[in-house]
Amino acid sequence: MTILAFTLILLLGAFTAGMLGSLTGLGGGVVIIPLLTLVFHVDIRYAIGTALIASIATSSGSASAYVKEGITNIRLGMFLEIATTTGAVIGALVAVFMPTNIVAIIFGCVLIFSAIMSFKPKANNVNEEDTSELARKLRLNGDYPTPAGKVGYTVHRVAGGYFMMMFAGIMSGLLGIGSGALKVLAMDNIMRIPFKVSTTTSNFMIGVTAAASAVVYLQRGYISPGLCLPVVLGVLAGAFGGSKLLVRANVSKLRLVFSVVITFLAIQMIYNGYTGKL
Amino acid sequence: MKHIFNKGYWADKDIQQLIGKQLRIGVVTASVLVFIGGLIYLYRHGGELPGYREFTGVRAGLDSFSGIIQGVRGIHGMEIIQLGVVCLIATPIIRVALSAFAFLLERDYLYVFITLIVLGVICFSMVGELAG
Repeated sequence: MTILAFTLILLLGAFTAGMLGSLTGLGGGVVIIPLLTLVFHVDIRYAIGTALIASIATSSGSASAYVKEGITNIRLGMFLEIATTTGAVIGALVAVFMPTNIVAIIFGCVLIFSAIMSFKPKANNVNEEDTSELARKLRLNGDYPTPAGKVGYTVHRVAGGYFMMMFAGIMSGLLGIGSGALKVLAMDNIMRIPFKVSTTTSNFMIGVTAAASAVVYLQRGYISPGLCLPVVLGVLAGAFGGSKLLVRANVSKLRLVFSVVITFLAIQMIYNGYTGKL
Repeated sequence: MKHIFNKGYWADKDIQQLIGKQLRIGVVTASVLVFIGGLIYLYRHGGELPGYREFTGVRAGLDSFSGIIQGVRGIHGMEIIQLGVVCLIATPIIRVALSAFAFLLERDYLYVFITLIVLGVICFSMVGELAG
């Protein structure tokens, strides 16, 4: 296969990944690593570098739409970014000493976890009681617009959320993914934030977190222009097309199909990691 | 120049719109660079064979900013793609810097400080010789 054919096929694959990622809310980066390693037999280190760039692209592309609506809690996002960026740098440092097959196994586990998380019914946490002293001091409590007017919410268990975010950052730096599922877990289940706020705030954070480890990976030679070319353009076009389709598509059925596919990919990643093929 | 630090000059909504616009400009600029670089790269190397099975790291010049700029001057496709990638990485970092400015206008010094810590961590990973 020549570079031209390789690029065009990968462009198509990245387009599909970006579209499915945006339709299901799992992000485009998560499918890029199995696509590159299992289908195109690319070394997992190149795949990690490429996936990082893909998650920056989708995060920045969709964030520009969310900023206007005023749902993102910028203070909360910025505060938690201290945790995710330090985590991302730690993850990128640890990656040097980590055998690639272990990375593949961890990746598979996170992938399965993300698939399960996408099914969990989203509890729309609305609570007015103000329990966290730290949340008050850091002015993390906020409100977001709904058709019925502004709805206020309070943030709980700030320290717990902070450490979960640091873990999400480490995973992001180690595996090259946005780890949106882990971020949403920290915000929804620990800090008890309404899911509309947590989804957009997590998206806001993904780009910054990925940029913190991407600068390390760029200097380390993991980020290859020949792979970024089809993946960046494909994922961006797919995510854009996906957001246009979102209004018409049967998302719950699609999410089921997509989750089954990524679970299958995850098992294969774990198996190949276990047998030392990756 | 003093009036640009006046909150009345920049309403909060304006700065949010500026951030939204900056993100779009960053992504569009990056895509255009990747696309142009890609055409040159495919025109010159499209017939060769891809080699990503074995990890060797990218060739010299693609892993540092000065090397990329040098290649872009020589109209090398790969370096132009890589410049687009650098633009993409810079997009969220510039956003953080703009947020620091936004918090400064709101006289929210605690958050100016928090935002600067985030910028500091990113700068550390950039210049801290962490590549190993």
